Amino acid sequence: MSTIQHSRRDFLKQSALIGGGLFLGFDLFSAQKFKAVAADLAIDGNFDFNAYLAINTDGTATIFSPNPEVGQGVKTSFPMTVAEELDFDWTKVKVVQAPLDTDKYERQVAGGSRSTPHSWQRLRQAGATARRMLLDAAAQRWGVDVSECSTENGVVKHPDGRRLGYGELAADAAKLTPPKDVPLKDRKDFKIIGGFVRGVDNPAILTGKPLFGLDFYREGMLTAVIQRPPAFGQKLKSFDATAAKAMPGIVDVVSFKNKVAVVGKSTWEVMQARKAVKMEWEKEAELESSSDHDRLFTQLMAGNTAEVKRKDGDPDAAFAAAAKIVEAEFECPFLSHAPMEPMNFFADVQPGKVELVGPVQVPQSARDQVAKLLDIPVEQITLELTRIGGGFGRRLRPDFVLEAAELSSLVKAPVKVIWSREDDMTGGIYRPAVRYRFRAALDKAGNLTGYQLRGVGINAGNPTRENNFPSGAVPNVLVEAVEHKSPITTGPWRAPITNFLAGAEQSFLDEVAEAAGKDPVTMRLELFKKAKETPVGEKLDYEPERFIKVIELAAEKSGWFKKRKKGVHLGFSVYYSHLSYVAQVAEIVMTKRKPVLRKVYCSVDCGILVNQSGALNQVVGSIVDGLGHAMYGQLTFKDGVTEQNNFHTYRLIRMNEIPEVEVYFVDNGIDPTGLGEPALPPLSGAVANALYKATGKRFRKQPFTADNGAILERLL
Amino acid sequence: MATFTLQINNREYTAEVAPDTPLLWVLRDHLGLVGTKYGCGIAVCGSCTVHLNGEATRSCVLPVSAIGSAKITTIEGLSEKGDHPLQQAWHEVDVPQCGYCQAGQLMTAAALLARNSKPSDREIEEAMTGNLCRCGTYHRIRDAVKLASGQ
Repeated sequence: MSTIQHSRRDFLKQSALIGGGLFLGFDLFSAQKFKAVAADLAIDGNFDFNAYLAINTDGTATIFSPNPEVGQGVKTSFPMTVAEELDFDWTKVKVVQAPLDTDKYERQVAGGSRSTPHSWQRLRQAGATARRMLLDAAAQRWGVDVSECSTENGVVKHPDGRRLGYGELAADAAKLTPPKDVPLKDRKDFKIIGGFVRGVDNPAILTGKPLFGLDFYREGMLTAVIQRPPAFGQKLKSFDATAAKAMPGIVDVVSFKNKVAVVGKSTWEVMQARKAVKMEWEKEAELESSSDHDRLFTQLMAGNTAEVKRKDGDPDAAFAAAAKIVEAEFECPFLSHAPMEPMNFFADVQPGKVELVGPVQVPQSARDQVAKLLDIPVEQITLELTRIGGGFGRRLRPDFVLEAAELSSLVKAPVKVIWSREDDMTGGIYRPAVRYRFRAALDKAGNLTGYQLRGVGINAGNPTRENNFPSGAVPNVLVEAVEHKSPITTGPWRAPITNFLAGAEQSFLDEVAEAAGKDPVTMRLELFKKAKETPVGEKLDYEPERFIKVIELAAEKSGWFKKRKKGVHLGFSVYYSHLSYVAQVAEIVMTKRKPVLRKVYCSVDCGILVNQSGALNQVVGSIVDGLGHAMYGQLTFKDGVTEQNNFHTYRLIRMNEIPEVEVYFVDNGIDPTGLGEPALPPLSGAVANALYKATGKRFRKQPFTADNGAILERLL
Repeated sequence: MATFTLQINNREYTAEVAPDTPLLWVLRDHLGLVGTKYGCGIAVCGSCTVHLNGEATRSCVLPVSAIGSAKITTIEGLSEKGDHPLQQAWHEVDVPQCGYCQAGQLMTAAALLARNSKPSDREIEEAMTGNLCRCGTYHRIRDAVKLASGQ
């Protein structure tokens, strides 16, 4: 198996030479629009061909992967899914990253953990349809009924011993009309899906081949760095680039949209020249500091501007009648996404033709916004996707694509815009800072009779998930949201909102269980039983039964209900997000009077596992990610400027800080859901709850090292 | 501007650049060796790790003028056919998620194994802790180093 990253035309030409010029083409995403295509027509551009699953006459198959590959593994798992239904030898599959093509594909997006649930049936249907056509072609050639034929690993077989490889049948199959509604494989017959399949780009990644956006070079291309306002709330007043323009390798210094771009022949030269541009900035909005945010949180939490997101029953009455009320506030800071590959994009804007190349999670939105910016039709724009060196949501905002396009149109040359790490960390679009206040009403028997959540966020939109648990399990619920609009830009960060809400909620429920005198796991199971049997309210996002299963599995594997050695402390957390269910148990062992996070047990219900390797990698990586940011992550502000600007002040988790992780998947045969995000949200709750048991202190503010840092320099 | 002759991956390269240009950008912008990655520019993330006379070195802060006749190895030259035991182990364990940091991880691990063929878990952690992986593939990196060292 190999990967190719050329233009589609190059690819088709190359394959045609190898394969003798015939393809079977299928639209991967509209099961009823399959077409058979001849390669020579496609290459000449006379044929409006669809997204390809190509059976090459050399016995290989080529499968286009339409979605951006950001590390979530779709470039491997999507083709696996097609190859499974095709009944093909995985080692003979070539995977090609498709460019943006809104005629051929739906939802070329890497976000929301939705790639897999969106595409699962479509991919299978494409593979199954191709297999059926190859079977038909073989039956016709042999003059037998198709029901007598079967397939195995890319070969059509007849009981009398006759065999034909798919490659030998490709030409005939291409002449058939694709059938509709071809039945799919039974799950028990899966050979590729559910296996441990290694990343298709591994060979290129591990030998340093150009794969990423930053690796894209073109003859005559210029490189640019851009100075954006150093503080949120500032705008450009004036700049003097005389000295910078005289520096070696500098081609131009131009300004647009309150930014100053230094354009030149190489990265180092433009980075150096930027320092020589004299720039003056002036205030256009409040220059906010973290101390302002503290004050705002307190004001808005106490104020009366909250918007009601959900109300069940009579929360006021429930709290008035409560035997006991539990109340606590939780807070998280802004975070940088900090993918290892900084933002970058290539643009070549010419009259009537715009070429965009690079790493972006939303290619269609990027293209459409560039069309609007340049006032040209979208048809004039091509966008080629490179592999993406991490996104975590940052590349759901294509601001850097627009910068490249605008700059290329200004300097009338192909340009690659590069953000330095400092640009990336100080330039905005952060995980918003949020404060929550939770309140719980308990009756005399310790039943949860009322639940209130007020979330106050800074550019966080709605910082609650009002239809998620515990809504549905509590008779009286009030969920409210307040937003402060700030000049500090924010956006989705891996598991938006729930990346902190989950841990806060699960930590609060631990406090509620303690006040109710109940075991935290037993209390949750009781609540889900209620939500299952007598759900409260109209709309609920989750299925209680699936929650119950992951809770029971994590409790069993971690030995939650068993007796433990002295000094071993467990913390529990469970959350539903992005269609998957994840329970986690953190195991902390007191060592030399310090808490050490020894292990995380994790149970996951994401339905059918497509790729065991990819799934495990996502779950373990999310746990590491969730732990690192809960422990260390924070961006703080002074007069509109971040106080952290690179990895020496913005601390990420490192190898010596990881716990053991054990992962268990629920096997239920349900259609798969995504795993790019769901294992992150609950983690901080499990750790905070175990820390409480170990130290007697509640960790309600992230990063944990800043809150109660004295006892928590690190967790290992 | 000055002309520098560099010994990289057992080949001689010439680059005409300012003397303060970090090796990272010479490799990437001038010599077409883009396997070495830019991550932070201040030697704290490890994405840009290369070997300088066999020692793991941060190329983002190494001025080209300081290299002299030292032998440089980049990810492209770690093995001729991409089959260094670490490259094989990285594939076997299926380490990468996004993959961006992995060249630097491999170069750091290769320098470790060159001086310590059977590192303990603690020694692996000590050597690899300077390399960030934002995707959190640390468990698999550790497993792959152990696999490559026959443990």
